[in-house]
Amino acid sequence: MDLAATHDTPVHDHAHHEDLPFWRKYIFSLDHKVIGIQYAITGLLFLLFGFFLMMLMRYQLAYPGQPIPLIGNWFGADKAPGGIMLPEFYNQLGAMHGTIMVFLGVVPLAVGGFGNFVMPLQIGAPDMAFPKLNMMSYWVYFVGGVVMLGSFFLPGGAPQSGWTSYPPLAVIAPAGQTAWLFGMVFLITSSLLGSINFIVTIVQLRARGLSYMRLPFFVWAQLVTAFLLLLAFPPLEAAAILQLMDRLAGTSFFLPSGLVVSNQVLTGMTGVAEGASRAGGGNALLWQHLFWFLAHPEVYVLILPAMGIVSEIIANNTRKPLWGYRALVYSVIFLGFMSFIVWAHHMFMTGMGTAISAFFQTTTMIISIPSVVILTALLLSLWGASIRFTTPMLFALAFLPMFGIGGLTGLPLGLAPSDIHLHDTYYVIGHFHYVVAPGTIFALFAGVYYWFPKATGRRMNDLLGKIHFWGSFVCINLVFMPMFIQGLGGMNRRLYDGGMQYAHNAELLHWNVVIGFAAWGLGLFQLPFIVNFFASIKWGALVDRNPWQATTLEWSAPSPPGHGNFVTEPVVYRGPYEYSVPGSSTDFTPQFEPEHA
Amino acid sequence: MNIPYTVEARPDSGLANGKLGIWLFLASEVMLFGALFSTYILLRVGADTWPHGELSVPLGAVNTIILIGSSVTMVMAWASLKMNNWGRHRMFLALTFLLALVFLVNKYFEYEEHLLAGEGPNHNTFLAIYYTLTGLHGLHIVGGMIVMGYFLGPGAGLWKRNPAQFTNRIEYTGLYWHFVDLVWIFLFPVLYLL
Repeated sequence: MDLAATHDTPVHDHAHHEDLPFWRKYIFSLDHKVIGIQYAITGLLFLLFGFFLMMLMRYQLAYPGQPIPLIGNWFGADKAPGGIMLPEFYNQLGAMHGTIMVFLGVVPLAVGGFGNFVMPLQIGAPDMAFPKLNMMSYWVYFVGGVVMLGSFFLPGGAPQSGWTSYPPLAVIAPAGQTAWLFGMVFLITSSLLGSINFIVTIVQLRARGLSYMRLPFFVWAQLVTAFLLLLAFPPLEAAAILQLMDRLAGTSFFLPSGLVVSNQVLTGMTGVAEGASRAGGGNALLWQHLFWFLAHPEVYVLILPAMGIVSEIIANNTRKPLWGYRALVYSVIFLGFMSFIVWAHHMFMTGMGTAISAFFQTTTMIISIPSVVILTALLLSLWGASIRFTTPMLFALAFLPMFGIGGLTGLPLGLAPSDIHLHDTYYVIGHFHYVVAPGTIFALFAGVYYWFPKATGRRMNDLLGKIHFWGSFVCINLVFMPMFIQGLGGMNRRLYDGGMQYAHNAELLHWNVVIGFAAWGLGLFQLPFIVNFFASIKWGALVDRNPWQATTLEWSAPSPPGHGNFVTEPVVYRGPYEYSVPGSSTDFTPQFEPEHA
Repeated sequence: MNIPYTVEARPDSGLANGKLGIWLFLASEVMLFGALFSTYILLRVGADTWPHGELSVPLGAVNTIILIGSSVTMVMAWASLKMNNWGRHRMFLALTFLLALVFLVNKYFEYEEHLLAGEGPNHNTFLAIYYTLTGLHGLHIVGGMIVMGYFLGPGAGLWKRNPAQFTNRIEYTGLYWHFVDLVWIFLFPVLYLL
């Protein structure tokens, strides 16, 4: 991955002009822009890898028991003898798909990539507040990623207990789970260092005149995201330590006394001396509480930067101020706060009392309000605009209904009576993928197309971009929409054969083939993006500082900005979205333009 | 290129970058230990019986006094810099380092006694959470000692070049050290007395 990260930046032409050696400038760089690009490219590669894992799973679901074509023999007898996927291997793919997409793909791209590259530019800072810490965040994340990938080569294979790693199964799983826990400790540490850096940078390094209510909404989204990472991740770190103790030191934080596995009472443990006993008296639900205390805020870590990106692009392409900027800001703060007290809505099936369940149902309904406010404000921003349908704008526009579907299908899951029926079905898969895949990932694509000219000085091709958009948009809906049908029909999400053993699934199985073909199609339509991305670095149309005629500070720096970002110290004179100001000669009045220029 | 507010405070926030950074770090540490204390409560509430008197209260009490003392010497190390007294600073910082070491030696003997008696982390759930909490706290002590060792050794040269920044760094080290001390002040009653 570091190979890719270094080769993708336009290195060769300039390397001999610079005073820093190659490895200091592009590998162990302290520059937030280089680190941001490292994060972004590593994150994109992990997204691609996670997508490949999913395609293997979709093949197995569409054609259970048939050998995987072409590459089936690569996996070896312990994973896919004769190319036919074993159930254990399916579980490994499922667990790693989730882990990779969330912790190694989307978050590093949305926060580490876009946050690192764009945020300091938008607030007029020369760099992040702690450049060395920033570099360390990236490399700790990188090591965490290597540990996670390495788990595929351990005896017993990769972790197979789902991305949630629920005990007791996770505690008695093969060695891959230990690698998962160590990998998570690295990823959590990376996120903690990064979030401290982000908050300090936003509070301390804003340019002169840039008050909080003049911050671009993207910066607000990053600020709230950083607080979520800072405060929600440590409990998962604690939980990972406890599970490591269970696996390696023979404790039983998560194992109740007298647990029976495969008709045997559990005593001695993997990794513990023969005959050693367990302490007993643990609590499997404790893990779920600690895990979801992180993982629900994590959902907002996935979605808030996406909302920030979409807001920037909508304001720019509607040529209007965002509708209700203050409402957006207050909503995102409230959303961040509420996300800490909804976690147990993932646990309605654990037999919790009605009072507790009522509390979490209520908070879950309340948290939908700021989400709806944000979506409504973005939708109203479109009203009466003469919209520029650029590639980033297409992705940003698609985000709105896709996130809307994802959000609204979540309401029945937030209410215990309906959740009891829908829990662990494909309906849940459809719901959160609508939020994260055509929601967040579309917003991330929008961000790539939007800020690519700033990062490289060249624009991406619009035709290839539009092919990428329309193809992905159609295919991704064909992937996830049928899952609602399957889920409402009662199909469980974790069946390695697609559910063919169950009579009630008989009517639903043919959708697995449809989803399979849609998934291959989705893969094909990523090719224009990959070609476009690399070709545009070399051959894209050259741009000046402000190709989109935008108003925020990053567009006052050169494209690409040099070390230290700005040629002269930027000063801010007005709010972030002064588009189409009456009486102005242009339809955009940048933040950095003096009053009487 | 210079990052602003590395030494002096930003007027509107009243903080230098490092100070805000260390407070945010401590906030995340509160969540880390908070989660483990919550685990302790949950396990204890759910247990049929909970052992009492497994740990030596005198040893724990001595360690509490040592850590509180080290917090005092840590403040003195910082105050000496403020009074521009380098010699006194060196003495108090070295003393803090030494007290931290004594704490760990004590802890080592305490661990050894239990482990030799066959009372490892898999003995019962109380000892499991005891080893986890005190082990993690011990790692924080080691972390603090590494930082102090750095400022006693290779990091000390900064005092000559930029005394204000060096003083800030000692202050941040102190904030962290007081936090580590504070965690122990919660650990002692929870594990030894209750």
